[in-house]
Amino acid sequence: MEHVNKLTSIQRDAIKEVCNIGVGHAATVLSQLMKKKVTMTVPRVNLVALSEVGDILGQPEDPMVGIYLRVFGDAPAKVLYLFPREEALFLAGFLLEEKKGTENNRNILGELEISALKEIGNILTGAYIYAFSNFTELNLITSVPALTFDMVSAILNTVLVDVGTSSDFALLVETKLTACEVKITGHFFLIPDAGSLSTILKALGVKGQWPKSSGSECRK
Amino acid sequence: MAEVIRVGMSEIVVSRSPNVLAAVGLGSCVAVCVYDPVTATGGMAHIMLPQNSLSVEVKKPGKFADTAIPELLEQFTRMGAALSRAEIKISGGAQMFGGDNHLLMIGPRNVEAVERLLAERNLKIAGKNVGEKSGRSVRFDLATGLVSVKMLNSPEVIL
Repeated sequence: MEHVNKLTSIQRDAIKEVCNIGVGHAATVLSQLMKKKVTMTVPRVNLVALSEVGDILGQPEDPMVGIYLRVFGDAPAKVLYLFPREEALFLAGFLLEEKKGTENNRNILGELEISALKEIGNILTGAYIYAFSNFTELNLITSVPALTFDMVSAILNTVLVDVGTSSDFALLVETKLTACEVKITGHFFLIPDAGSLSTILKALGVKGQWPKSSGSECRK
Repeated sequence: MAEVIRVGMSEIVVSRSPNVLAAVGLGSCVAVCVYDPVTATGGMAHIMLPQNSLSVEVKKPGKFADTAIPELLEQFTRMGAALSRAEIKISGGAQMFGGDNHLLMIGPRNVEAVERLLAERNLKIAGKNVGEKSGRSVRFDLATGLVSVKMLNSPEVIL
């Protein structure tokens, strides 16, 4: 079982680069969908102790919409989008308007909004995984999206719980997507499963091994 | 002075009155709270998974139900608390993501494992708020032994 607790800077940069390409693709699709400019931050690669993962996005009890997809194939992983509630509803409005031209001040997260948000999760992840697998030549497919609206820490803890079977740390690659004029900020996480990291690094031609130390020091 | 001590995923904390043990953002995880009213001593485990399926070397016993329950009770009695007086309350084990994905069943399986492990030690559960769909935050007040369970859009439950 690989001990993912120390990453060299070369490995960190390699992951950043490939995720940057993936998210760039997703951001382009999002901006086309919303006909608004979408900017994104450079991905942050972090090894986070599972006991602290619920706190990485500020107030752990803040309510957020979480859209979660499983990635299967050569490098299994998880993809998680987190949006504050109002911003998620605003985003859903774009897609729904697209289809039905209804005006845009919905405030209930109803069936319609939930399916619109799942659709957005599908579209963005599809774009992300398409770019990611093209670049790495790994073949990857995504599951049906699942959605929840709850405390951000409960969402993060639940999505990451099975990482605990083999590790005390989760490798999170986080990017912030912002649609500038309309101030929608979403957090996008890619969470490779244990074993996927070395597959991705090999596919990038980066030496896949890392120092197999027993220490569980975690670098933020 | 009462101190609020956070119990993160896979952690076990034991302490005394007047401190408060808090597990924030329980999704499919289960918080097990044990209290001795006479010595006002209490402990909480924030359990992630039912059992150590891959039997990896366990650095954090609080992670799996089958290692967390014995470790919690061991630390609890080592603090001078008596198991015979123990009041046990559990909360969590929700299924937050409906739909067809593999994370679905971890919540209920955690609850089932905790209940089985306690029954095996014929320890009764004095109060529980488990299952359903929403995440929970649990505060365990060691001065009173009360466990308060907060959920996003439903009233607070006191165990």
